Amino acid sequence: MKRPLMNLMPFFIVAFAVCLALAQNDDVAPRKPRSSVYAALEKAPQKAGTRTNPFEGDSLEARAGGKLFEQHCAECHGPKAGGTRHGPSLLRAEVQQATPGTLFWILTNGEVRRGMPVWSKLPEQERWQIVTYLRSMNAGRNSTETQ
Amino acid sequence: MLSTLDVRKTRNMPLGLFVSRPRLSGRFHFCGFLILIFLLFSCQSSFAQESPYIVTYDHYLEEPGSLEVEYFSTFGTQRGGNDFHAFWTEFEYGTTAWWTTELYFDGQTTFSDSTVFTGFRVENRLRLLRLEHLVNPVLYVEYEQTSAADKIVKEVEGHDVETDFAELNSELRKEHDHELELKLLLSSTFKGWNVAINPIFTKNLSPSEPWEFAYAVGASHPLALKALPNRCNFCRENFIAGFEMYGGLGDTHSLGLPNTSHYLAPAIAWNLPSDWTFRLSSGFGLNNNSHRVLLRWGVSREFSGFGELVRQLLGGHV
Repeated sequence: MKRPLMNLMPFFIVAFAVCLALAQNDDVAPRKPRSSVYAALEKAPQKAGTRTNPFEGDSLEARAGGKLFEQHCAECHGPKAGGTRHGPSLLRAEVQQATPGTLFWILTNGEVRRGMPVWSKLPEQERWQIVTYLRSMNAGRNSTETQ
Repeated sequence: MLSTLDVRKTRNMPLGLFVSRPRLSGRFHFCGFLILIFLLFSCQSSFAQESPYIVTYDHYLEEPGSLEVEYFSTFGTQRGGNDFHAFWTEFEYGTTAWWTTELYFDGQTTFSDSTVFTGFRVENRLRLLRLEHLVNPVLYVEYEQTSAADKIVKEVEGHDVETDFAELNSELRKEHDHELELKLLLSSTFKGWNVAINPIFTKNLSPSEPWEFAYAVGASHPLALKALPNRCNFCRENFIAGFEMYGGLGDTHSLGLPNTSHYLAPAIAWNLPSDWTFRLSSGFGLNNNSHRVLLRWGVSREFSGFGELVRQLLGGHV
């Protein structure tokens, strides 16, 4: 009696895989008010938010951060960080006005319930390089606006 | 479609002798393979930062919607028998940021003997805590249906020893295992170091079989903690080196180290900007019950947007 069940196993697996694909919750965030996507930034502990970026303003580190952003973040947040269906824009004021420590905290801890993975697997310095890149985008935009 | 004759045949025939089944199954697998290739070519690849571990798991899960396809080989020496080359393919899918599911297919070639398909495994990893902590727990649940000819040595459990592998494949294939495997993946990352400890609990679903216990521990560190500004293949940031140690701890009938095997394996991962990851690990047996050498290597590639593509194909909302 066991074998017929075992022979059906591949079909169960395929059905399971289809369910998983359909269940993927990458559109959970858009269903909620857009502002709540950025609410995660407010969850950063005060102590974490006050950490200073060791690479602040360093253009070389910002370039390295840009490379890392392209490799790990652009898939969800877009190549120019303007956002996609899977991840919010990082050019919005909520992000750009957040302290470097807050950005570092969110990068480290992710927001797993909303689909943002934890990135603590990147060494601490690489995470700071990404933060430097995000901050440099803001600086670039500000200088363009001033001109 | 099965003909009436085929159906009639099956009623009086053991399942293994179902004449139409291999052809149908072959078509099914071929179509599945073609669909998978199409889907993979339709996906974007994405850069993965993989650890060098082959047996041990850290707490990092697959990114949501991404599919990682991996191939691994294990060359093992065998005293009192023929050396072997075991291999497996993994399809690892990030269902959500806190849930990863995997499907494995195993096989092996025993030199001067034969090449056999040895079974499959389905596993799920569930992240238990929302935020990062000093120690991060992940629950691992696996069901495996393999024959005793399975030699991938993905984990060493209970009283698994080298002599278990010495028999001919034709003999080993007669024994089938249906096992439930539970692991608690405990992992911590600090100053670039990752340390992972996996206690393992395995139950053969046959009621008479005891629970088996095992462990896997690993530590790894990237060769550079900072990225260079330019894209590069051979820069140190792309390499992560480490080691693993794994072995059995007996079972509920006889808990402890007697008649168990243990391995120590230095390992390295090379994460290429072209989205490929290569892993190499050389495991050395630590006692007389262990294979002297388990040389492993693996190659993997991550495809982002796989889940979305499947959902589109199935008519889901975009």
